[in-house]
Amino acid sequence: MPGEDTTALEIDREKGNFSYDIKYAYDAGTGLNEGVIDYICDVKGEDDWIRAFRKKALKVFEEKPMPTHWATKDLETINFDKIRYYLAQDKKPKRTWDEVPDDIKQTFERLGIPEQERKFLAGVEAQFDSEAAYSNIKEAVGKQGVIFIGSTEGLMKHPEIFRKYFGKVIPTADNKFSALNSAVFSGGSFIYVPPGVKVSHPLQAYFRINAENFGQFERTLIIADEGSEVTYMEGCTAPKFNTSTLHSAVVELVALKGAKIEYITVQNWAANVFNLVTKRAWAEEGATVKWIDCNIGSRLTMKYPGVVLKGRGARGEVLSIALANDGQHQDTGAKMIHLAPDTTSNIISKSISVGEGRATYRGQVHIPKHLTGCKNNTECDALLINTNSRTDTYPAISVRGNKNFVQHEASVSKVSAEQIFYMMQRGLTEGEAMSLSVNGFVNDLTRQFPMEYSVELKRLIDLEMEGSVG
Amino acid sequence: MSTSASPMSTNGTGLAAAFEKHQAAQTGAPAWWQELKKKAFATYGELPMPTRKTETWRFASISGLSLEGYDFGASATGTVHTELADRARLVAQRAGRIVFADNKLVTHERVSDELAAQGVIFAPLAEAIVKHGDILQEYFMAQDPQLGSEKFAALHTAFVSSGVLLYVPKNVEVTLPFVARYWSATQGGAVLPHTLVITGENAKVTMVDAFDSADRSSRGLALGFNHIFAGRGSRIDYYVLQNWSDQTLGFQINSLTAERDATINALAVNIGCAHYRCETQSIMKGEGSHAEMLSLSIADRDQEIDQRTLQIHQAGHATSNLLFKNALADEARTIFSGLIRVAPDAQKTDAYQTNRNLLLSGEAEAHSLPGLEIEANDVKCSHGATTSQIDEAELFYMLARGINKAVARELFVFGFFEEVVSKIENEELASRVRELILQKFREEEARHA
Repeated sequence: MPGEDTTALEIDREKGNFSYDIKYAYDAGTGLNEGVIDYICDVKGEDDWIRAFRKKALKVFEEKPMPTHWATKDLETINFDKIRYYLAQDKKPKRTWDEVPDDIKQTFERLGIPEQERKFLAGVEAQFDSEAAYSNIKEAVGKQGVIFIGSTEGLMKHPEIFRKYFGKVIPTADNKFSALNSAVFSGGSFIYVPPGVKVSHPLQAYFRINAENFGQFERTLIIADEGSEVTYMEGCTAPKFNTSTLHSAVVELVALKGAKIEYITVQNWAANVFNLVTKRAWAEEGATVKWIDCNIGSRLTMKYPGVVLKGRGARGEVLSIALANDGQHQDTGAKMIHLAPDTTSNIISKSISVGEGRATYRGQVHIPKHLTGCKNNTECDALLINTNSRTDTYPAISVRGNKNFVQHEASVSKVSAEQIFYMMQRGLTEGEAMSLSVNGFVNDLTRQFPMEYSVELKRLIDLEMEGSVG
Repeated sequence: MSTSASPMSTNGTGLAAAFEKHQAAQTGAPAWWQELKKKAFATYGELPMPTRKTETWRFASISGLSLEGYDFGASATGTVHTELADRARLVAQRAGRIVFADNKLVTHERVSDELAAQGVIFAPLAEAIVKHGDILQEYFMAQDPQLGSEKFAALHTAFVSSGVLLYVPKNVEVTLPFVARYWSATQGGAVLPHTLVITGENAKVTMVDAFDSADRSSRGLALGFNHIFAGRGSRIDYYVLQNWSDQTLGFQINSLTAERDATINALAVNIGCAHYRCETQSIMKGEGSHAEMLSLSIADRDQEIDQRTLQIHQAGHATSNLLFKNALADEARTIFSGLIRVAPDAQKTDAYQTNRNLLLSGEAEAHSLPGLEIEANDVKCSHGATTSQIDEAELFYMLARGINKAVARELFVFGFFEEVVSKIENEELASRVRELILQKFREEEARHA
């Protein structure tokens, strides 16, 4: 299989379903305590302030209750004592592809990573369990002053840039899982784009879980300085183990005056991964942050990308597609916090529930007092394919102030029998007709995605729709 | 009593004494009724108060919810009662009327002999528990509240003494409305209205509940419940006009149950209270049933109007429609939290939910939580929520034609609410509602003049 065609960015489920028996040089063991944190700090050679930051976060994590008063009870099945919090073969990422160990190289080649880089990416980082196995940035982009490195490296080498914002957009105590991440984070991307620099090609990261009972806690911080522009894409896969795996990332974005950040995620974890991710952005005056979030895999995803609109005229956008198949719960949504006048936000969420899958939209729109000229538009549409598919919508909208306009709309529908009949009359099978309808349902969103992603998503939907009818 | 987050371990001593007194006064009531109340009072003590973290109370101000310090045995003088009975006409043409003041029956206009002969029952609660114990035992508080007011339901059951039973048997249609008026007439008094409407197959009836305070500035507690059961193929039109004093802590918990092919049209007008919590749950129990839930609220000063709704589609081929409109002035707050729940087998459901908020000031605050939980695929469901202000261009248009700003605003608000008011079929009642809106709006204007 490694020799197979992997030209496109593969996100189909079976492609990721393999694992290698890796000998880990660094293993913090199972369970979480101060010793684990000391181990991680020692291995990484971190400064004392990072150690203190982690230990404080551990306390917060231990004190916070599970959010099961509003979220699914499935969260209670996570056993934090059985998880391995740090696993790495090497603590330093390789800069050239040849240096990467063969088994890890095979993993990423099967997933098409170097292929992508050769083609058009400005930089790529591939994380294997806890540490980046490979990280490289094209020379031209590096020369523009763009920094693209791992989390610990970023905090140690460029504290003057990253420390200022680290843990500020998403404070440790934001929620139980952001606290967990703050305690044991490892890997992820720290990116700085200098003023006025427009990174022409996307930066990319790939996250891979290889080990059973493992928890991946990458930490990403992207700072786009005044007037700069950057696009970042991430993909994730994991093999299907018998026991569940935990992925809990924290992603912070800072768009300074007039900057633009676009963050694209295609999440295709195996169907037993708990994917509990906190993502939030700050948008200062005139800045734009756009989250494109596609959730296809995982057992339970809870992720509500947010934008805090801090400066006048800032804009936030979340475009979200979720597909929940049997045994899956996609609990996704968006948060828009308006803190300055004339800020605008747009949320478009489309979910598809197949078989006994459950898709949930949870959203928050907040416009406080004394603001004028703020606008929000929210649309969430749900498509239910089978009789026992399930969908929920839980928005929360708070509006104060003057001359602010907010509208929220949601609809639930199924594929119309007439449409299917019409297509079948013209020679399509029922499955093909269903795929076409579903693709039509998400089409106005996928059109806005980078081409590779929209093509891939289309293929993925075809795949998921196979066998869903009849 | 403090309103800390901890569950109340015991009832306040004041409340316990009041309950003993209340029970002692229930001498004529049957044993099952007394037992029910005793149990309910114990349940009240066991259940926790809502906290800031209780999902069904999200965004609500929890600090003002203390139920201690109200007089559950309050009673004004007989002359006040007579006067209130007189003031309580509401509609000239009616099928029956019952008036309470401070939970005491002051007027009972019975149904005509003709309706009585057909088996129509329109009785105050005290009479109903003695004469129609079988109906009460089956239907009294038969639907548990699911929207967060379990504790308050228990307190209501423990202390309720005023209320109305309206029973309309099979195939009987009553065109004129039945009216129940509840007055709060004593400073610091607690009133507990209760309305129970049951219709037999293909029956038709209209019921109006109207709540008022004798003194617009008196402090008080209102803890009202209603249960509406529409039998197969029947139709119930149900109105609640809430106009308690500005210093009232008010609860109104509505429960609607529609059997096969039954229709319930419920409409609420919310004017009064410092803090008003209104829960409305409707159950589409039989195929072809329909529930219409309309509400209009005007909130001003530091009023908080907190409305929670739940549309439960248990059976397929049923429809429900909800429209809640709020106008907010000054520093008022409104909360609308709605949920449509479609059960796994309720195919061919049509369910809609709309919340519209009109902000008349920059300090007002509107929260919307329009939710859906759908477990069947062949359904049509949608919800929408909007929050906006009076359109500047439209206002300019009016000003340019010589209409002054106050009148223009009034027209906008009236236009905003007319969508709901126009659904009231009884013209006399519709004009009462318009009067209520106008009165509240004029008061608001006068304060700003």
